[in-house]
Amino acid sequence: MHSSLWLSALIVLPLLGALVAMLVRRTPGASYGVAVGVGVIEVVLSLVVAVLYKSNVAGAQGFDFLSRHVVSAPLGLAYDVALDGLSLLMVVLTALVLLLSLLGGRDKRREPAFVSWLLILTGLTMGSFVAHDVLEFFVFFELTLVPCYFIISGWGGAERARAALKFFLYTFTASAFLLIGILYMGFAYQHQHPTLGLTFAYGAMAATSMSHATAVWLFVAFALAFGAKAPIWPLHTWSPLTYAEAPTAGSIELSALLAKLGSYGLLRFAVGLLPLAQVSVRPYVLTLAVIGILYGSTLACVAKDLKRFVAYSSLAQMSFITLGVMSGSTIGVTGAVLLMFNHGVITIGFFLIIGFLERRRASIQIADFSGLQGPAPVLAALFTVAMLASIGLPGLSGFISEYLILIGTFTTHAWWSVFASLGVLASAVYLLWAYQRVFHGRALGANAEIADASPSERWVLVPVVVLIVVLGVFPKPVLDRITPSVHTFVTQVATASVGK
Amino acid sequence: MNTLTIPSIHYLTILPVLIFFGSSLLLLVASAMWRRSLPMVFSTTMAVLTSLAVLVVTYFQWRGLDHGGATTTVAHAVVLDGFSVVATAVIAVSVGLAAIVAHDWALRENVRGPEYQILAMASSAGAVLMTQANDLIVIFLGLEILSLGLYVLVALDRRKTESAEASLKYFILGGFASAIFIYGAALLYGATGSTNLTTISYFLGSNVLLQPGLLVAGGALLLVGFAFKIAAVPFHMWSPDVYEGAPTPVTGFMASIVKVGAFAALIRVMISGLGTQLGTWRPILWVLIALTTVVGAALALPQRNAKRLLAYSSINHAGFILIGVWAGTARGSAALLFYLATYAPTVVATFAIVTVMGGLGDERHSLESYRGLARRQPWLGASLAVLLLSQLGAPLTAGFYAKFSVLAAAVDAGGSVLALIALLSAAIAASFYLRWTVVLYAEPDDDIDATRVVVPRGTALVIGVGVVLTLLFGVWPGPLVTLAQHATVYFLP
Repeated sequence: MHSSLWLSALIVLPLLGALVAMLVRRTPGASYGVAVGVGVIEVVLSLVVAVLYKSNVAGAQGFDFLSRHVVSAPLGLAYDVALDGLSLLMVVLTALVLLLSLLGGRDKRREPAFVSWLLILTGLTMGSFVAHDVLEFFVFFELTLVPCYFIISGWGGAERARAALKFFLYTFTASAFLLIGILYMGFAYQHQHPTLGLTFAYGAMAATSMSHATAVWLFVAFALAFGAKAPIWPLHTWSPLTYAEAPTAGSIELSALLAKLGSYGLLRFAVGLLPLAQVSVRPYVLTLAVIGILYGSTLACVAKDLKRFVAYSSLAQMSFITLGVMSGSTIGVTGAVLLMFNHGVITIGFFLIIGFLERRRASIQIADFSGLQGPAPVLAALFTVAMLASIGLPGLSGFISEYLILIGTFTTHAWWSVFASLGVLASAVYLLWAYQRVFHGRALGANAEIADASPSERWVLVPVVVLIVVLGVFPKPVLDRITPSVHTFVTQVATASVGK
Repeated sequence: MNTLTIPSIHYLTILPVLIFFGSSLLLLVASAMWRRSLPMVFSTTMAVLTSLAVLVVTYFQWRGLDHGGATTTVAHAVVLDGFSVVATAVIAVSVGLAAIVAHDWALRENVRGPEYQILAMASSAGAVLMTQANDLIVIFLGLEILSLGLYVLVALDRRKTESAEASLKYFILGGFASAIFIYGAALLYGATGSTNLTTISYFLGSNVLLQPGLLVAGGALLLVGFAFKIAAVPFHMWSPDVYEGAPTPVTGFMASIVKVGAFAALIRVMISGLGTQLGTWRPILWVLIALTTVVGAALALPQRNAKRLLAYSSINHAGFILIGVWAGTARGSAALLFYLATYAPTVVATFAIVTVMGGLGDERHSLESYRGLARRQPWLGASLAVLLLSQLGAPLTAGFYAKFSVLAAAVDAGGSVLALIALLSAAIAASFYLRWTVVLYAEPDDDIDATRVVVPRGTALVIGVGVVLTLLFGVWPGPLVTLAQHATVYFLP
């Protein structure tokens, strides 16, 4: 087993970076330099962790880098981190999102504060993904709201205040159910084991015995919180406004990364801790996911601005992830874990390109653009790669993950899979149509004079394109690292869902 | 002819009350004997030293508890237990901090004189007495001492009609509440034959009341009296007006001290005295909490005045603290104590900032006057943001663990639904705290005169202490939680 210091470093480093960035705020550009430096180190560290990770640590059920320190026994509060195949890719994604949103979404208004908030957000998100204690996860999960709120309300568009408040209240309200659910489980476990102190450790929570009805209620509470974050239809109504109003880096953080907290939470906690509820709730959640896919695709067709367009297409993609998470098959869950990462990478690409366009034209209205292919061929090509990956073209990263999800769901819930596959078709429609409207046709007026991607803008998108292609052609090394954990996870849930 | 027997008195127990009251009297006499008006620095220093002295005494009381455990004295009417010691320490800290804020305010407003400190210390004596009272009559005494001082304090700003109006309103309604309380005490005496909480509890534990009407009516009236003091819905009508009308430092003093005193007495009555009747009062309290949290938060939404907004926010908090009583367990009592200990300094510091922002005349309290504060004065703005986030219950601030511990106690005691209602009310409350925070960081408006406000050194210290405590207990709640838990182990049944 490896030392947990690696994971702690991943959490603490960005937080320290934020402090340093604030300390050097008087020197122009220094805090940006600090933040980029931290971003590079985070990416390297997360890759090291991903390579070091061993899925077969004895008695750890697929976890590695474990350690647990009790912070306050009466509150049941502990610092407990661990990493397994479910969270591995998310850790890498978190680091990647920080670096790329810094490089591609640089915002020079009050820069020290901006990069500090981004760094704090990264540290907290990292903490949520490696938290191995349910209460600790909740604390990190809830804390991510604060930097997000300040990023949106401080650097967003015209309606930023309303968007930030809506986002905060939505998630905060929904997570009320999560906290009560967590407390309920914690005390249920303590009442069953009166000799032990109050604990919210993941293993203990998973061992809590409860009735079927209780499990279903708790699942509903958990699903509300994670469904609002992911988002799952019909809890998505905050996302278009918020994505559209947030600054580029904020949109990336929200859709590429924080949305994954929702689907990750659903998988790890709602599915992992409440196996008894699975059989009864699956059809309902799967139905919501299918609705989300079709609804998101339809609205993406008619969205008027590019950020809302990505918001709705994200709703469809996130619903695919929900489908995989709830499929109850190893293949489906593997696909979901993979799609969480791939969708993250693709969304970074989309929002970066939209940010570049916004910089040039000060607009994100689809109607304002046309024929950009002529003056900006490189931008168009980069957009095409992200688009084709999102459609699920074989050979690019989106294909393999969606395919796994649909196959996995088909083996357990065939009809849902059939309807969901319509979403693949729909994604081709809305993406190609949007591409047509923005990049095809004749470039007139300001559109004709648009500058192509600058060298720095191209370099930022290189990692995105590389990841899209590599994971599409050769996903095996990644799959090998996540499959054992997923298999253990799904088997445990399946065994426990039959009843004890 | 009966002889009056003087009960034995354990002086260490009542030393905090004696110090506060003695110091108040001393200051009163000194100000009368002095030829010219007493220098402000003298009276403020005396108040701060008095609070420090009480703090030191509580340390020795705590050490005594480790040796001898909880004791009663003065014919079992006053107790010395962990709960009262910690609550007394919280009061002492708040009084000291509030005294400094009031000093700077009085200098600014030119309301010179030692009145504030005299009355505040007398009130504090009442609050401390309430935390230690084990007899309904003593609780009443504490309540009256606490309130009488406050009635005058609210009217301290003689030049403002709002101040006098608030005082009169508070006085009349407070008088009613006291009358109701003492009537409840009388009925309870009728039902159980004693006003001593231990005796009442013993009586109810060993007898079955065939006709509990008198008991229920007495208990209900006591609850109404308390509900008025802590401003629980539907007995909250007075609080926004009084919070707004009172001079701001007095509001901060009220919001912290009264809560500590009243809640300490309430939980003692409910658990020590009427613990056997848990099944009867719990449903009533349940409704009271649901109303208080939700209505408090909802009514705060349309407020545009900082002081009124904080009044409603404190109603919401009162609902949360009541959950600790509702739980009726050791965990609940510890949670209540932790909540009070973190809430009191936070609220004193918040009102210190509001005092500073009020400007000359103490009148700039619209939320608009806070626009861009964090851009003009980053430290002041950030401090207020932290204090507001703590009241919101954001993690890494003390407010999170305060809310967490009462909710945990509720869920532990089978009140998941109640906890959920309260937490949803916190989500409503979040919107107005956040709106305020956003105003702090917003672009300053041109038409509002955006002058930098002067932060006197003393007030800056108070704000700093409040923020540091809020963050300290937010990052590292362990010791205080353990202390609160220890304190309730010494809770005298």
